[in-house]
Amino acid sequence: MKAVITVVGKDAVGILAKISTECAKFNVNILDVSQSIMQEMFCMIMIGDVDNLSVKFGEFRDNMVAFGESINMSVSVMHEDIFNSMHRI
Amino acid sequence: MLETRDILETIEMIRNENLDIRTVTMGISLLDCIDSDIDVACEKVYEKITRLAKNLVPVCDDIEKELGIPIINKRISVTPIAMIAAACRSKDVVKFAITLEKAARAVGVNFIGGYSALVQKGFTSGDRELIESIPEALSITDHICSSVNIGSTKAGLNMDAIALMGHTIKKTAELTQDRQCIGAAKLVVFCNAPDDNPFMAGAFHGVGEPDCEINVGVSGPGVVRAALSASKDLDLSGVADLIKRTAFKITRMGQLVALKASERLGVPFGIVDLSLAPTPAVGDSVANILEEIGLEQCGACGTTACLAMLNDAVKKGGVMASSHVGGLSGAFIPVTEDAGMIAAARSGALTLEKLEAMTAVCSVGLDMINIPGDTPDEVISAIIADEAAIGMVNCKTTAVRVIPAIGKTVGEELSFGGLLGSGPIMPVNTYSPLKFISRGGRIPAPMHSLKN
Repeated sequence: MKAVITVVGKDAVGILAKISTECAKFNVNILDVSQSIMQEMFCMIMIGDVDNLSVKFGEFRDNMVAFGESINMSVSVMHEDIFNSMHRI
Repeated sequence: MLETRDILETIEMIRNENLDIRTVTMGISLLDCIDSDIDVACEKVYEKITRLAKNLVPVCDDIEKELGIPIINKRISVTPIAMIAAACRSKDVVKFAITLEKAARAVGVNFIGGYSALVQKGFTSGDRELIESIPEALSITDHICSSVNIGSTKAGLNMDAIALMGHTIKKTAELTQDRQCIGAAKLVVFCNAPDDNPFMAGAFHGVGEPDCEINVGVSGPGVVRAALSASKDLDLSGVADLIKRTAFKITRMGQLVALKASERLGVPFGIVDLSLAPTPAVGDSVANILEEIGLEQCGACGTTACLAMLNDAVKKGGVMASSHVGGLSGAFIPVTEDAGMIAAARSGALTLEKLEAMTAVCSVGLDMINIPGDTPDEVISAIIADEAAIGMVNCKTTAVRVIPAIGKTVGEELSFGGLLGSGPIMPVNTYSPLKFISRGGRIPAPMHSLKN
């Protein structure tokens, strides 16, 4: 199962590193990353493999959201199904 | 491969445009709980509901976290209790309401619907007893919703039931006067009630439904409004098309949640209700969509036409997104639950008569409307008769959920809190329909009901 992790907020040094380190703590393998900076806003989307997650999905999500807040970034973690379902026929 | 734009669009819908799953409703048949001893029947009802629905809330919470989409309500609908009560020797029907309340608290759902009777053609003894018990049942419980079907295109209108419901609504409001008359907000009178409706207050589990099933109601007025707001120059063909595309996306979400819930609970998937269900939150308003299309305020001339297009486009977009569509399906226009409707009712742009016209082209009816507390019973009955006539002749569901504000009148407000919202008391035409309502009997089914 794949999770889509989005990170949005003011650009700063080391965001990608911090988020990916946090993912590694939960044994999430990052498969793809795309990031852009628009008018000083940092916007990153990661696709992570969560098959071997060390905790329950909900716990991982809550942790990532809280971690995001601690570095002033807005983080969301969602199952890829929601995007496939909404945008693919 | 997922596209960045699509991902951001979905997140924007959920975070800023109030996209959510309004309800996951588990329908449970209570037909196998019938017993001549009312206490035994109540025990069976409690056991069956708590057994089948014990995982409903935790499973929905898990899905919510996994998909990142809020599931606002978890609810249960049951077989109309009048059918279960009819077999009991005891006539103390309220015991069922108390049992349902206990079960609702045990499994943690927001509401149980189905304290209901279907009397479109006439009453059985169980029906009459249940209707007479509604005011007490709704005043002593918090989580129970009640509905009565008083007409259908096939059967015509049961005017005796309509007369009785005018009185019942008033009495329900009186018994909950100390709580903003909230009892009446949990009571709805239907014509052509659907058997698989997941929305309250009118949800019940019809007799043709399976033993247990999952029905899902989606929401999303805020998403439609935001899409229209970003596309200001479209002509009305373009507007309808944009609404369709948005409704498709919203409904796909509902279908996904319904399938996941059904699989994890081991219960068949019933239907997705393609609805635009507003909340009192700013921006999450059906009235605001109509205003975005081009009305100064909801209730202006043109409102009915805009709503007709919106309702149709929601269905056209949604129907391809779900394998089974049912329930009410369409745009809801409750007054107190919709910030734009509340504002329009306060300013006087929106009147009861305009709302009645709007109900001819939307999915429900006169919904969550506060009326003066001294409105005579027969006037409430006549409001129901008018609304039911629209449903009967147009082969569609219509409903009436009005709240007589006991001790208050036009210029004052009622505030229920939560999703039920708040709103002004709207003036009602009080020229007397007493003789019409007192005649009783049935209004025959219309010619076009004879389709065979």
